[in-house]
Amino acid sequence: MTYLVQQTLLYAIPLMIVALAGVFAERSGIINLALEGIMIFGAFMGVLFVRMMQSTYWIEYASSHKGYGTMQLLEILTMLFAGLCGAIFSLLLSFASINLKADQTIGGTALNMMAPAFVLFFIRIIANQNTLQMLSGDSASMFMIKKTTLGFSKNDDLGFLGNTFLHKVYLATYLCIIIYVVLSVILYKTKFGLRLRSCGENPQAADSLGINVYKMRYTGTTISGALAGMGGFVYSMTTANCTSNGDVAGFGFLALAVMIFGNWKPLNIAGASILFGLFKCIAAGYSSIDINGDGIYLLADIGVSAHLYRMLPYVITLLVLAFTSKNSRAPKAEGIPYDKGKR
Amino acid sequence: MKKKSFIQNDAVQSILSSLIAIFIGLAVGAVVILIVGCVNADIGISGAMEGVRIVFGGLFSTGRSASGASVATAYKSGLFNIGAPGQYLMGTLVSLSVALGIPSDKLHPILIWLIAFVAGTLAGALWGMIPGALKAFMNINEVLACIMTNWIAANLVTWLFDISNFKNVVENTKSGYIYKTAYNNVATAKLGLDKLFKGSQVNGGIVIAILIAVLMYIIMSKTTLGYQLKACGANRHAARYAGIKDGRNIVLSMGIAGALSAAGACLYYLAGNTEFYWSTYQSLPAIGFNGIPVALLASCHPVGVIFAALFMSMLDISGLQLTNLTAYNEYITDVMIAVIVYISAFSLVIRLWLKKVTGKKGGNKE
Repeated sequence: MTYLVQQTLLYAIPLMIVALAGVFAERSGIINLALEGIMIFGAFMGVLFVRMMQSTYWIEYASSHKGYGTMQLLEILTMLFAGLCGAIFSLLLSFASINLKADQTIGGTALNMMAPAFVLFFIRIIANQNTLQMLSGDSASMFMIKKTTLGFSKNDDLGFLGNTFLHKVYLATYLCIIIYVVLSVILYKTKFGLRLRSCGENPQAADSLGINVYKMRYTGTTISGALAGMGGFVYSMTTANCTSNGDVAGFGFLALAVMIFGNWKPLNIAGASILFGLFKCIAAGYSSIDINGDGIYLLADIGVSAHLYRMLPYVITLLVLAFTSKNSRAPKAEGIPYDKGKR
Repeated sequence: MKKKSFIQNDAVQSILSSLIAIFIGLAVGAVVILIVGCVNADIGISGAMEGVRIVFGGLFSTGRSASGASVATAYKSGLFNIGAPGQYLMGTLVSLSVALGIPSDKLHPILIWLIAFVAGTLAGALWGMIPGALKAFMNINEVLACIMTNWIAANLVTWLFDISNFKNVVENTKSGYIYKTAYNNVATAKLGLDKLFKGSQVNGGIVIAILIAVLMYIIMSKTTLGYQLKACGANRHAARYAGIKDGRNIVLSMGIAGALSAAGACLYYLAGNTEFYWSTYQSLPAIGFNGIPVALLASCHPVGVIFAALFMSMLDISGLQLTNLTAYNEYITDVMIAVIVYISAFSLVIRLWLKKVTGKKGGNKE
């Protein structure tokens, strides 16, 4: 059970934060199909950053002297860096769709094609192979928080809650939850959030009240890019052993599906991403999931092909979309370039 | 009425905007190569210049286009259809299963080829109709539905080939590949084209591809069906108001797009000597996504697609040359293709700008 909860969280958190990225863009009126591409880019820049920091003196010193605090600091720094890179990359989308009034679907698709191409091009040049890894060690031993990290001894039993939420977890998971809550409050409870949302519903009306629609849309898309870039790095750190290979397994698109399923509302999205995280977790580790701890691996014993489990998240997404899209409430002006002269 | 000069012609301007997109794409590729060359001491400036030369040289090396032509047959979906990889995979699955499943001593190979081609194309059409139907009747964003069907197809194909007995076990070095269809004596007729273009892989597939493109052109611009499809694309609600069944037409257009992607896959894999790596569940075939820039470059004109596809194949080949001759790798061509798509997204702006520029020139003359 502990394993199940932890694994589900590992998949759910990046989904949740990237789905929020989608919300910020769409609420301001821009369809951000490029989430996948931005995640790939963020993951690459994050891994590259970790790789470069690893050769500096203080990280070398910390890893040889068990400097857990330094490692967690590095993790936070890398998340910020990946977010910054994602924000910069997303400017390409905002420039095309806000200033040049381009087709947002094609622009997003272009970014989705550009990110893996760029990333693979540089990975080949840097590492001479198709995967960029850390210089040494693995993500778990560097960044994972364990009992011993927190000062407990190896034999301490922390109870179910302690075992689940304090042992073998990542700081990024909790940081992402905090960011998620704070940004949701900003979007729905502040003046700024109201203005941003008005640009996605009726930009002409917003403009008539003195809100700069272009600026708001840039802000929304840039926040979206930052969140997606950060989510990309978190995904690669927690589930892909801090490697980058120009692929995040369609997580950006899954996040879009989560966003639509969650009806563009934070609480629903959090629930939806946990549901999808669960399916992803089953797909990834169905053979080692021991639900009630009696040593029987139920899912593996059913004897269904592994391919079915891998297919499941996507099938469920389609089904869920089929049943929820009818009464979905998308921002009214999403995908429509803002034209001042139009009524 | 003032007669429009040559450069103010709409067709000329759309070609010009495509050319501008191509040029900017190549230029970005060249700049990336130069920057990497300057920063990375191992490669050096002379290597960088060599890379730039190859990138631009690709534009003019028509001699190699013939070998790219058989690949080009796959680039056929004229609609903005991001589900092409899935349809391509389903076409591959069905056509390969038929081509390998029916023993060639019971039925004539040409018949098997035909059945495999038709079945594969139909499979692609059906697979394409799924997101089409979801879009038309459930109001699901077709891009999302397509992405999901892509991944479902990738897993399904891997699963079915995994339990099939078509896996190539004869050649030990090739693990994870399906038998070539030539094992069952099924292969596309060469039609003497291999003698015309010596040393290339070209076969009858290119003829079929061109025929399909011409057929699509006729359907799209000369028939009622084509008009209805275009009307739905332009404005779904207006089309419904005019008495056109919009739902049916959306499903149909996605079905046609799926059939075209799958036909490309059939032509590619039924050629006889191409191998299919069946464990695809982790990545989608890039060839499906390549249909997007091709279609955009050709301004979605079915015949223009042929030339755009040839151009893309050349770009791919120059990418491979880049890998072989310099320290760079073929992904730079993907970067350029992506830049071309990006520029195409605001081709309208470029076209407006062109109108402004050429309009001024015309004004000066008078």
